Amino acid sequence: MPKTIPADSVGLVTPQSLHFDSPLELDCKRSLPAYDLVYETYGELNAEHSNAVLICHALSGDHHAAGYHSMEDSKPGWWETCIGPGKPIDTNRFFVVCPNNLGGCKGSTGPMSLNPEKNKPYGPDFPIVTVKDWVRSQARLADALEIEQWAAVIGGSLGGMQAMQWSIDYPERLQHAVVIAAAPKLSAQNIGFNEVARQAIMSDPDFHKGHYYEHDVIPRRGLMLARMLGHITYLSDEAMRAKFGRELREGKLNFGFDVEFQVESYLRYQGQSFVEKFDANTYLLMTKALDYFDPAADYDNNLARALQRAKADFLLIAFTSDWRFAPERSREIVKALLHSKKNVSYAEIEAHHGHDAFLMPIRNYMDVFHRYMERINTGQ
Amino acid sequence: MQELRPELRIIADWIAPASRVLDLGCGDGTLLAYLRDHQQVSGYGLEIDPDKVADAIDNSVNVIQTDLDRGLNDFETGAFDYVVMSQTLQAVHYPDRLLEEMLRVGREGIITFPNFGHWYCRLQLLRGRMPVTPSLPNTWYNTPNIHLCTLRDFEALCAEKDFHILERTVVDHAHRTSLPMRLLPNLMGEVALYRFQRRAR
Repeated sequence: MPKTIPADSVGLVTPQSLHFDSPLELDCKRSLPAYDLVYETYGELNAEHSNAVLICHALSGDHHAAGYHSMEDSKPGWWETCIGPGKPIDTNRFFVVCPNNLGGCKGSTGPMSLNPEKNKPYGPDFPIVTVKDWVRSQARLADALEIEQWAAVIGGSLGGMQAMQWSIDYPERLQHAVVIAAAPKLSAQNIGFNEVARQAIMSDPDFHKGHYYEHDVIPRRGLMLARMLGHITYLSDEAMRAKFGRELREGKLNFGFDVEFQVESYLRYQGQSFVEKFDANTYLLMTKALDYFDPAADYDNNLARALQRAKADFLLIAFTSDWRFAPERSREIVKALLHSKKNVSYAEIEAHHGHDAFLMPIRNYMDVFHRYMERINTGQ
Repeated sequence: MQELRPELRIIADWIAPASRVLDLGCGDGTLLAYLRDHQQVSGYGLEIDPDKVADAIDNSVNVIQTDLDRGLNDFETGAFDYVVMSQTLQAVHYPDRLLEEMLRVGREGIITFPNFGHWYCRLQLLRGRMPVTPSLPNTWYNTPNIHLCTLRDFEALCAEKDFHILERTVVDHAHRTSLPMRLLPNLMGEVALYRFQRRAR
């Protein structure tokens, strides 16, 4: 818990919410008749509305990207390293907006929300949403906030994919796209990991085909396994070795199947604490959105053609030890941008943290990110 | 108005306004920023050093962090009017292949390198020591320069590859030129600058 709020934090923040009445047509051919988006903002919107930045969150992220909800919070928002006064996304200059995506479980309409047709939570009946759907819903949020054009749309991992999709679907509505630790689409290996995570959840006896809310249970074991698996893919071999090695909790082998190695204890803890704060149906939806992401598919599977539409300038950042979305995957995006003659810069950051590096205050990463953001013209 | 170091000044003068340029080993992006601001040139820089990449981003230059030894596969054939490589040829693993690549992705190549045939280098070799000079300041055991050549070597390679040399300038380490340098370039020139293209078939 912060006794005092650090000077480079946005401080205490309160989530806001907007209700949208007009139906949102979805890629799956269904539509959401009405929905809520919960979001947070940091900094001040200028008179010209030209300094707004959209932050898109990743798989298990939410709208709480920076600051604290109360003095009792043990941790700040998930991207506290990058958002705040004097940080790369400098709230002295930018008005930062971070929504919780549709299908989420932190306040925006999702599987836990009431299905108006059935008068019970959507559960598994919540439509499968895609990155394009999210971008469409975020564009409506921008309309509501009277933001005609974002100074930048920024995201890491699945968030970076949304930034990319923004540049293709609404070329006029962003000046810059910052795409961090992302990929142009998932590989078979990526989809394979997602499928194992989904099977873990769906094969949990407490899953009840997604209707577990009605049974007053949660597929605890399945969601925990999904998170444990995910967590391994977010870290590099080197980072795990450095953090845990083969350290034993009790200093000796017990010849049993209880927790013995520190890494087992850590993963179980991560899994268990995740279960308390995340919804299994949302997890399933988010992994599907990842699997389906493929912006080139609408353009003869030609990513350069897809990005030809973009008018934004791009910054791409990848991390050397990220094997979930390795630098080669970012370079595929860079290559497509080069072919379509877009303004693009690319930095490959030396980091041992694996995919999670995009959340870490790595010097060269902060430097590149900060200096790129500094050059963005907010018209002031 | 930005001050351009003399070598880059010569290169900038060789580049036509409003052209597209790829700068291999662009450093902090000074050349590209200058060309953008004064000659409406667009393009990209490639750089391996992370701090220089950040500096180039500061200069609002398009910079791609990469190792030139990976080649230029990310670029399409004929994508650029000029491909520039300043003081980098001697540090790459496959200079001959990179020169080929330069003329695949660009119409013309512009290159600068330290001349290993300079009299002072030759003198030090005659004395039995590896040259250490103002334009080659590194010791033999701690140098990025693994493929040093002379003007004559470079021109022989160009002939072999059927590259046509359009322009050549030789200067000293302060980038001044002189009559002896013009008369005996391979002996008197410290730094060589070339503009070349593929010979029309």
